Amino acid sequence: MNFEHILFSIEDGVALLSLNRPEQLNSFNTQMHGEVREALKQVRQNPDVRVLLLTGEGRGFCAGQDLSDRNVAPGAAMPDLGESIEKFYNPLIRTLRDLPLPVICAVNGVAAGAGANIPLACDLVLAARSASFIQAFCKIGLIPDSGGTWTLPRLVGMARAKALMLLGDRLSAEQAEQWGLIYRVVDDAALRDEALKLARHLATQPTYGLALIKRSLNASLGNSFDEQLEVERDLQRLAGRSEDYREGVGAFMEKRTPAFKGR
Amino acid sequence: MPRTLVVSTPLPGVRLITLQRPEALNALNTELLGELAAELEIAEQDVETRAVVLTGSRKAFAAGADIREMAERDLVGILNDPRVAHWQRIAVFSKPLIAAVNGFALGGGCELAMHADILIAGEDARFGQPEINLGIMPGAGGTQRLLRAVGKSLAMQMVLTGEAIDARHAQRAGLVSEVTQPELTVERALQIARSIAQKAPLAVRLAKEALLKALDTDLASGLRFERHAFTLLAGTADREEGIRAFQEKRRAEFHGC
Repeated sequence: MNFEHILFSIEDGVALLSLNRPEQLNSFNTQMHGEVREALKQVRQNPDVRVLLLTGEGRGFCAGQDLSDRNVAPGAAMPDLGESIEKFYNPLIRTLRDLPLPVICAVNGVAAGAGANIPLACDLVLAARSASFIQAFCKIGLIPDSGGTWTLPRLVGMARAKALMLLGDRLSAEQAEQWGLIYRVVDDAALRDEALKLARHLATQPTYGLALIKRSLNASLGNSFDEQLEVERDLQRLAGRSEDYREGVGAFMEKRTPAFKGR
Repeated sequence: MPRTLVVSTPLPGVRLITLQRPEALNALNTELLGELAAELEIAEQDVETRAVVLTGSRKAFAAGADIREMAERDLVGILNDPRVAHWQRIAVFSKPLIAAVNGFALGGGCELAMHADILIAGEDARFGQPEINLGIMPGAGGTQRLLRAVGKSLAMQMVLTGEAIDARHAQRAGLVSEVTQPELTVERALQIARSIAQKAPLAVRLAKEALLKALDTDLASGLRFERHAFTLLAGTADREEGIRAFQEKRRAEFHGC
């Protein structure tokens, strides 16, 4: 399948998915949703892929929904935005969260609306120093979607989440790092290289185990302490049966560098 | 040799039956249902078998009936359907039956899972009765066992809209007793089967019968049955052994007599 609105490649275990509608700040329209879905399907089905890197082309990361798709004419029937959430955004967010591999997001510029919340569904978020996060929904009478109302208060606390979402102010990348919204800020020119370096490193690691770590941390957010202890027991049981665990212990005992295969 | 099932004995006393029609997401055609009924008949007769675990694949426990096969039957064909006898055979199985459900358990697949005494589900399991979407309705206990398991409102909603529920919802509603990581569903079901297999077989059998009585009789009759069953066990050697082992602080050795 040829993509028009995204760039997609797989190399050395790293799948690189870049949103590519730079003139529209990579905002989502129906076709881009379809292309992203197809690319993520390939990521899921290709056993060679061990890490996903998500980023954007041009000066923005993603401006959320393309509002020219959403113009409400006077007198027109009431739109059902829930349908677009159900059909496009929720499946995308669930897929990123459930992918059994680490997902890195390199936020290369402005991230607004759904574009500000998609990174929060990823596992490791780097941002360019000039990037910013804007919960723009409140400016047009909407509520933040794409999981933002769930993830943001867990990342930065309720007080800051409410302020960001009720005011819609621009949050700089550096502030986002200080608040714990993202993992790390990188100089603009170095972002792509740093993100790729991180992705290539992770692609050599025991990625099956990394996927289980991701799964256990995701599960922890909805679990009680006792439930989570049981999740740890079960996922450790699975991890202990992996080839990579055997290789890891073997390499440690033999004082050599392990060669992990991600299974 | 069954063609649509794989049967093994992974633990002493425990038989594992795996539905295997991957090309059709384990859709329950007459052949599969017949083979399953025959396997349960064998398990019923086999004194070594103390509990049975029934499972499908990671993707589907069983995704429904075989629609093509069903479409071929007219009214008379359905009246004379051999499947009814197979379902009855499965329903009267007297040993503990544990379903380990991953993926889809829809239509006949959901009904089959509900024939089990204990349901263990993987996190991504989905239960539903989508028959209504085809202009038909559940025909193997879906309207009866589901209502008894989850109550009227949810059962009505599921049967009348055809919409499925996920494993956690099924657990909250009481349809399944435990939710596990999908990779461990069968293992957990086998553990439970193993635990049951180590108990006194006659006590297990009568206890199962008494519990099932609660679903289709009034409380007074159920209590009467329970008391009779309880009394019956007083005549067994296993009861003596069980009580003595408890007093002597050792593990009981049951022989099914």
